[in-house]
Amino acid sequence: MFVKQLSIFVENKQGRLADILDALSKNGVDICALSLADTTDFGVLRIIASQPELAQRVLRDEGVISKTSEVLAVEMNDTPGALSAILRVLDTGNHSVEYMYAFVGQKDNKAIVVIKTENLEDAEKHLTENGIHTIHAENLYRSF
Amino acid sequence: MAFYQQEIECMPREELRKLQSERLCWQVNRMYENVELFRKRMDEKGLKPSDIKGVEDLSKLPFSYKKDLRDYYPYGLFAEPMENIVRVHASSGTTGKKIVVGYTRKDLDDWANGVARMLVAIGEGKDSFAQVSYGYGLFTGGLGAHGGAEKIGATVIPTSAGNTQMQIQTMIDFGSTVLFCTPSYALYLGETVEEMGVKDQLSLRVGVFGAEPWTEDMRHAIEEKLGLKAYDIYGLSEIMGPGVSGECEYQCGMHVWEDMFIPEIIDPETLEVLPYGEKGELVFTTITKEGFPLIRYRTRDICSLNAEPCKCGRTHIRMAKPTGRSDDMLIIRGVNVFPSQVEEVLIKFGTDAGITPNYQIVVDRVNNNDTFDVMVEMSETLFADDVKSIERIEKDLTEQLRSMLGIGAKVHLVNPKSIARSEGKAKRVIDKRKL
Repeated sequence: MFVKQLSIFVENKQGRLADILDALSKNGVDICALSLADTTDFGVLRIIASQPELAQRVLRDEGVISKTSEVLAVEMNDTPGALSAILRVLDTGNHSVEYMYAFVGQKDNKAIVVIKTENLEDAEKHLTENGIHTIHAENLYRSF
Repeated sequence: MAFYQQEIECMPREELRKLQSERLCWQVNRMYENVELFRKRMDEKGLKPSDIKGVEDLSKLPFSYKKDLRDYYPYGLFAEPMENIVRVHASSGTTGKKIVVGYTRKDLDDWANGVARMLVAIGEGKDSFAQVSYGYGLFTGGLGAHGGAEKIGATVIPTSAGNTQMQIQTMIDFGSTVLFCTPSYALYLGETVEEMGVKDQLSLRVGVFGAEPWTEDMRHAIEEKLGLKAYDIYGLSEIMGPGVSGECEYQCGMHVWEDMFIPEIIDPETLEVLPYGEKGELVFTTITKEGFPLIRYRTRDICSLNAEPCKCGRTHIRMAKPTGRSDDMLIIRGVNVFPSQVEEVLIKFGTDAGITPNYQIVVDRVNNNDTFDVMVEMSETLFADDVKSIERIEKDLTEQLRSMLGIGAKVHLVNPKSIARSEGKAKRVIDKRKL
């Protein structure tokens, strides 16, 4: 089961990020996780939001370009070595990580990592076979 | 007061007009014989060469345009058989819309004379060391300046453009007294000289700068940094190259060598000839050029003419520094850029991606260097989750623009609908340079 992620084009201009987040908050979109990839010229804001379809509609109305894509979310213990263990598994299965970001959940000692690989299905299968379980979207939101 | 060809340069204006009349008739006759397009345009107006009896009939003649040069590319407008053409030049940078001009041996000689007259007018001669830092090649700058400097017997140092440290070392080692280059490069050289702290090792007396617009402020800055007197030279490859006109020591406009070129100022809307002193579009007729002559060529440069006697004693008319264009051509770092060329690249790019990109060109001058930015509105089709593929779009567009224009532009992807539109139409060009 994959999680829907929204990637948003952010022009490199002062206040642009605040504009985007304002628009989302005004429409009651709750952001669970986010990461910002930036270059000298533009940024790509990636978010996991409570209502991805609503979020995209809101952004389109604001003239902001976004795209939904799927990613893997994995729960892990918030202890040293937990993340590297997951990455090692992906490595042995020959899955390269395109990008990832992690956040600390509300459950005690648990953290969530969002991972993008080229072939999500195979990556998920490989993780499961190695005892690492991905989180369903609805559980992800509940974990906050 | 020194002259290179005093008899011609100081010829009384009535005599000069007589000479122009004779040469104009000669030119019209031979062009009617040799250049198909000119003959066609004359016929359309119901004109025969015999209808043109002198300069007073000039305004009857049909105009010619830059587009003609592209339509008849490469040799369609040459008025001499190719065996008499000894050199060609092509317009700088604009590979997408190249134009070619040709010169006979006599044309090259006339061209060199034009440059030589100016050099002597600003005090140069046999004892000069002329460093030519204009680019050598299809661009007329390098070889044009070179020919003139050789004519006056100067020691020519053909460094061509680029490699700033080497340029300055050459200036020091060879004792250059005259510098030819674009004004923006002169300023850059000046700044580098300042950084290197070698101003007192230079022997420069004068600089001859042209091929792009520049201001009086720039002139003062260049003079200060390089310790020379900066003179303005004007030309365009369609007419000849640098040296169509140039300043004398009094710097009160550029003398147009009227024994070779007849200038007119027209209203670009009504096409009527305007009296001397009024501002309008500059039009040239080449009356001695053999290889590639043009009648009433519309330069699109906006300026005015002054026929009052000059303190230097030369009778040839003076043109003011062009203050703008009557078309949308931009001159960026000395290279001619038409917004339509940028559009062509973007439309081609958009067709491949299935979109019509909205864009805007922004030109500015920062630290005396031109900046050239192309803003392109992002669209859902172009956008992707990964940064790499968006960066590739920027890179591809930058490369395509460079190969079309010959100079580098910086491509920025911006938000959709962020480019200002007035009455639904986007403003395509913003030129912030105050020239």
